[in-house]
Amino acid sequence: MKTRSGFWLLFPAFISVLIFAFFPLIQIAIPTFQTPKGFLDLYTKFLENTYNLHVIGRTFKIALITTLIVLILGIPISLWIARQKSKIKSILTILILFPMLTNAVVRNFAWIIILGRNGILNKFLMSLHLINSPLNILYTDTAIIIGSVYLFLPIMIISLVGSVSELNIEAEEAAAVLGANPWINLIKIVIPQLVSGILTGCILVFAGAMTAYTTPQILGGNKNLVMSTLIYQQAMTLGNWKNASVIAIILILISTSSMILMRKASHTLDRRSDSNA
Amino acid sequence: MLNRKNKTLTIISIIILILLMFPLLLVILTSFNNQDSISLPIKGFTLSWYANIFQQPDFISGFESSLLVAIIASLLALIIGIPAVYALTRFNIIHKSWFQSFFLSPTLIPEIVIGFALYQTAVISFRLPVMPSLIIGHFLLCLPYVIRLVTASMLLMDKNIEEAAWVCGCSPQKGFFLIVLPNIKASIVAAFMMCFINSFNNIPISLFMNGPSITMLPPAILNYLQNNYDPTVSAISVVLMIFTALIMFLTEKIVGLNKLTDRSN
Repeated sequence: MKTRSGFWLLFPAFISVLIFAFFPLIQIAIPTFQTPKGFLDLYTKFLENTYNLHVIGRTFKIALITTLIVLILGIPISLWIARQKSKIKSILTILILFPMLTNAVVRNFAWIIILGRNGILNKFLMSLHLINSPLNILYTDTAIIIGSVYLFLPIMIISLVGSVSELNIEAEEAAAVLGANPWINLIKIVIPQLVSGILTGCILVFAGAMTAYTTPQILGGNKNLVMSTLIYQQAMTLGNWKNASVIAIILILISTSSMILMRKASHTLDRRSDSNA
Repeated sequence: MLNRKNKTLTIISIIILILLMFPLLLVILTSFNNQDSISLPIKGFTLSWYANIFQQPDFISGFESSLLVAIIASLLALIIGIPAVYALTRFNIIHKSWFQSFFLSPTLIPEIVIGFALYQTAVISFRLPVMPSLIIGHFLLCLPYVIRLVTASMLLMDKNIEEAAWVCGCSPQKGFFLIVLPNIKASIVAAFMMCFINSFNNIPISLFMNGPSITMLPPAILNYLQNNYDPTVSAISVVLMIFTALIMFLTEKIVGLNKLTDRSN
């Protein structure tokens, strides 16, 4: 009786994910394998093209660098926020949540104002006579990375503040009493205890940066395509729907397999820190 | 110690906080500039760019359809998600964790791919109108938030309260509505807010289906930005920031903002 009614409560969610998420995926995947020249022909052709490989490489590079920068910036500020008195902590949380919940177009548009040819960064550097002609940062990979860091930093901070709050500060106090300075403490005591939180944050940021559309679209321009903008270009500008599907499938494979790898790493690393504790 | 009193940590953190706020402040400043293109410093003060928002039919109709899609998709995700969470946390279901991951699996599919696949399947192959297809896409975006946030609070709720109601003669259905729902109310509100704001702000899912029949607000702004470079974009950005602030304020008043970031483990 109990299991039966349980099934009917699960059924709507199960069937809707199946029909709305997986069925369309299968629908777009099938035609990519139906070619006269064999099963994987479209995929091998796509991967033989150096331009496409460049796009995949750029997507990886941007996601990787973004994740590293977000992590390096995220750890100190999360420690600082998590260890504030609760009133200040909640004000700081609002300051982090606000950009996180603000529309991505707005957040990327802000960086056009900063990085553009006549943007305030160039004006500032020229007024200091550090440069003579404006730098071309907008519409480069660097601009995409800056925009992505800005986009994903709040997510990393929120995720790390949660993990830092669970830390027992006595371990650090013990290390300090035994003569560890704060930076040795950070590397030897704090970060090892945060490994699982760090990896969770990294998975979120890496997968997000890898598959993001808005940031590379606004800050990358038409030349610096990543996989998600290439999907849109192939489908809507060139009308090559099959090719767009091929890239979509490859993007899913790459992003899910890197997530699974990182999750595996997080389990192994986590167990190690447990056995040490 | 690496706490709030550590000077280096404080300086680094304050610089990062300024870097997080500064770009948004710039947008606000440029929206009041009386120059024809977006530039700083401000040469004169005007509100005409805010007035110009209302001259853009795409922004007005985009706001309406984005609002509608976000509300319907969030409610759908709650109506379909809460029973599933209830079953997963209260019944002995085999392959429980498999179902849990299955309901969270839409997050594994890149949003742009969800939009692309739905456009091809629902709109092109099955000739479904654009509106329901958009709602379906945004529903997939919302469901994982409901599953995560509501599961976290279902696990915290004492099973005995519900069982006590049954013993006292309350039917399981009545118990669900009178005992369970009021107990997990905060997480339901938080889930709705998260669903709503993320759906309202979403671009990749709406992108392919956005067209002459229905315009969504974020793609409309993106489109405007690619063809014009005037402070109207700054003005509509400020309006969206006020909108975000309003939702955060409401969430804080009703359930507390910390509920938005609850984790289920």
